[in-house]
Amino acid sequence: MNAPLIATRGLYKRFGAVVAVDNVTVEIAPGETVGIIGANGAGKTTFVNIVTGYLKPDEGAILFGGVDITPMSPREVTRLGIRRSFQMAQLFPNLSVRDNVLVALACAEQARPTPTTILRTPARLTQANRILARLDIEDFADRLTPELPQGQRKLLDIALAMVGRSAVLLLDEPTSGISADEKLQLMDLVMRAVAAEGAAVLFVEHDMEVVERYAPRVIAFYEGRVIADGAPAVVLVDADVRRYVVGAQLHRRVEGVRT
Amino acid sequence: MRTLAALGALLAALLVAGPLIPSWLVFLLTVAFAKALVVLGLLVMMRAGLVSFGQGLYYGLGAYAAGLATNFLGITDALALVALGGLVSAIAGYVLGLVMVRYREIFFAMLSLALSMILYGILVRSVALGSTDGFNLPQPSFFGFSVNGPAGRLLVYALTVVMATGTAMMLHRFINSPAGVVGEAILTNEIRVEYLGTSVTSVLHLTYVIGATTAGLGGALIAIAAGHIDPDLAYWTTSGEFVFVAILSGIGHVAAPLLGMAVFEAIRSFAFQYSPYTWQMVVGISMLAVILFLPSGLWSLFAQRRRARGAA
Repeated sequence: MNAPLIATRGLYKRFGAVVAVDNVTVEIAPGETVGIIGANGAGKTTFVNIVTGYLKPDEGAILFGGVDITPMSPREVTRLGIRRSFQMAQLFPNLSVRDNVLVALACAEQARPTPTTILRTPARLTQANRILARLDIEDFADRLTPELPQGQRKLLDIALAMVGRSAVLLLDEPTSGISADEKLQLMDLVMRAVAAEGAAVLFVEHDMEVVERYAPRVIAFYEGRVIADGAPAVVLVDADVRRYVVGAQLHRRVEGVRT
Repeated sequence: MRTLAALGALLAALLVAGPLIPSWLVFLLTVAFAKALVVLGLLVMMRAGLVSFGQGLYYGLGAYAAGLATNFLGITDALALVALGGLVSAIAGYVLGLVMVRYREIFFAMLSLALSMILYGILVRSVALGSTDGFNLPQPSFFGFSVNGPAGRLLVYALTVVMATGTAMMLHRFINSPAGVVGEAILTNEIRVEYLGTSVTSVLHLTYVIGATTAGLGGALIAIAAGHIDPDLAYWTTSGEFVFVAILSGIGHVAAPLLGMAVFEAIRSFAFQYSPYTWQMVVGISMLAVILFLPSGLWSLFAQRRRARGAA
């Protein structure tokens, strides 16, 4: 394995009596694509929140290119090129779809946006329109984001994360709430864009078909611990993973049908 | 570009009209545009979610800076006094802003109100600063020339409309700048702005200082125009009036406060003249009507028309 781009050392996080992340040590190489799986409450999102500086671990450290970034704020972490999307699309509902992208462009350019220049320059508008065209939502450019269909909202959320240079992209359930046939389309779109940039991708995912297809490496969480880490062909057939992750999902799906 | 041209045309029209309109209207417009400066700053703040019920703090500071400089330092130059008023409020806004931008919504509103009432309390209790009576200012001079009587009042009017429309132009640029639009984004999703790599605090602080500065400019202008200052400038009802007019006008466009404040001052003047005991009721009913029929403020009358024209 190459020198890791991002590494966690013994991350530990407790909420009251619940241990959300328990001694998690993982290393991600530059350009690597990793799927993170686990039942609800396994600590996947907490892990993403810790890596991006939103939550501080009780113990352990996060290293980025060998530098300790544990005390950094989400903004500082983002400026290093560690960018994320959200399970629930985090957009600006009071702004048009195009302005959402323009805000992301402005933020990527400057940590302190200037008060004296114009945001909507022809160059930035062209750039924003190109991004919207790539996502196939240019028809919605002048509408407010709540008018976007759910799938397109997720797409825009991911697009905001991908504006600007990223070294690591953390996608928190990129395909949740999206119809089965659109899932692969979305992931294709994202992975193609990421490949062009050479960024590493960590994506949290419940759909094992998506995981198998896009992640050469899978990390499985159970009750805050990493219970398996490796190629999908190995991890997805692991007895523990089948019992606690894949099985739990199956169980949940059956319950969902019943209710 | 169209907004700048329209504001330029408005300024030209106001300057030409100045000598032609009756003196009571000159004074009404001077007061309206001086106060509109405060509302312009509030507009920028409210777009980023900072609803301040204490702009009287900076309005009062600006006015007292001008008044004290006249009475104790002998500065009478109108431009110098206005610049001083803006500067004092900007510095105070910079310092207090460091604390204020940590608060949001009702906590921000109440804390800003509390700060303005502290200034009010200090002014009321200090005899050296004129106590409740305040004090008078002599007519200002312009570039070393003292101009008295109606001509002097016309010059103050001209200075005020230039300041107000000029500020509106600059703030029009601001609300279309990266900082201005990111401010709007902060209104609905601060965390996402941080996760896009930008400091929410720095944008809000800048916005807060802009609001303080324009309020200080407005305060200095009102001190010069009225020739009198007293602690009521910092009282909470004064601050409330600015929020009132901001809502009445709408915060969608920088021209809205200019229109809104002129309408408000006109309504108040006539209401006060024809029903001195119930003028507040007239103003209140006007506000109710606006909220009911024009929830986005007076300016939506213009915005709607433009949209209709665009659709046709």
